[in-house]
Amino acid sequence: MIYFKLFLVFFRIGLFAVGGGLATLPFLQEIVHKYGWITTEELMDMIAISESTPGPIGINTATFVGNKTAGLLGGTVATLGIVTPSIVIIVIIAHYFSKFSERPIVKSAFSGIRPAVSGLIGAAGFEVAKIALLSIDSYKINKNIKDLLNFKEIIFFIIIFYLIRRLNKHPISYILVAAVVGILFKF
Amino acid sequence: MRELLELFFIFFRIGGFTFGGGYAMLPAIQMELVEKRKWATNEEIIDYYAIGQCTPGIIAVNTATFIGYKRKGVIGGIVATLGMVAPSLIIITIIASFFKHFKDIEIVQHAFGAIRVVVAALIINTVLKMASQSIKNWVGIILFLLAFVLVAFFQLSPIIPIIGSAIVGIINCRNVDFKEKER
Repeated sequence: MIYFKLFLVFFRIGLFAVGGGLATLPFLQEIVHKYGWITTEELMDMIAISESTPGPIGINTATFVGNKTAGLLGGTVATLGIVTPSIVIIVIIAHYFSKFSERPIVKSAFSGIRPAVSGLIGAAGFEVAKIALLSIDSYKINKNIKDLLNFKEIIFFIIIFYLIRRLNKHPISYILVAAVVGILFKF
Repeated sequence: MRELLELFFIFFRIGGFTFGGGYAMLPAIQMELVEKRKWATNEEIIDYYAIGQCTPGIIAVNTATFIGYKRKGVIGGIVATLGMVAPSLIIITIIASFFKHFKDIEIVQHAFGAIRVVVAALIINTVLKMASQSIKNWVGIILFLLAFVLVAFFQLSPIIPIIGSAIVGIINCRNVDFKEKER
């Protein structure tokens, strides 16, 4: 039965993909080769759309593949499959974490982990900023510094960063403003 | 029941307006849970992220489950996760059925060009907030910089900095305790 199979395949992805959305990619490619539910081109398009629509990338892709394979119910089943291992594992960890989080060894471990995670998130921000503010591909062709920098985006970045520091509004409001600005100024 | 509904809709909002995966939802989580409701501290959120990063599954889902569980037990974990996932289900189902070439629509491309800029600014702002609270000494500064450089420039798996910094944290605190006992 296709729904059961979809659930199991995505359950396995949820269980073995460590480290977030794009870590599921090798498993999705396996689906292409092993089951033939989707083609490689379809998978690439799905990832592109998943990255540019709201929601976690891994969830979006799971919904997409499931939907393509077996319609609305297929999308739902695939998503529940990928989410189930997380719920089970995290509930177990969270249960013990609240018991052990006051132990000195756990406390000292996290005193080291916290700065490192801040650095990791910084690296993710750096990656997004690179894509949003620089045109590395056209720079590689022309070797012209003027092609490397997206001036419109950089100016918008400086303004919005100033506003974020100043106003401390909900992130959603900046995203909505950005959508309007992007359409008006043809970003 | 009311709190479960609230949990669902908080994560529904976060899922519905987060572009670009786990780290991108951090600013929204921080605003909703730390600043608006005071359900968690900045440090707790970082801990959940660290755990979510080295356990299997999608970081966004792991974090949602963690926060939901802490608030309302197993049911809370499930409800928060379903809230997080529901917008994806709705939006992707609509796109899959109606827009074959969603990404090629010109107006969508323009909007996303600017949204990416905002996402970068939001993440960097959050990093500044979190770093200023979590870095307490020069060891913290080194761990922060090392994790950043290794992952940003050498594409190292994020799991390695997390495990490494845990070990450094334990050794470092042992030394501090030892010195205090000597006195």
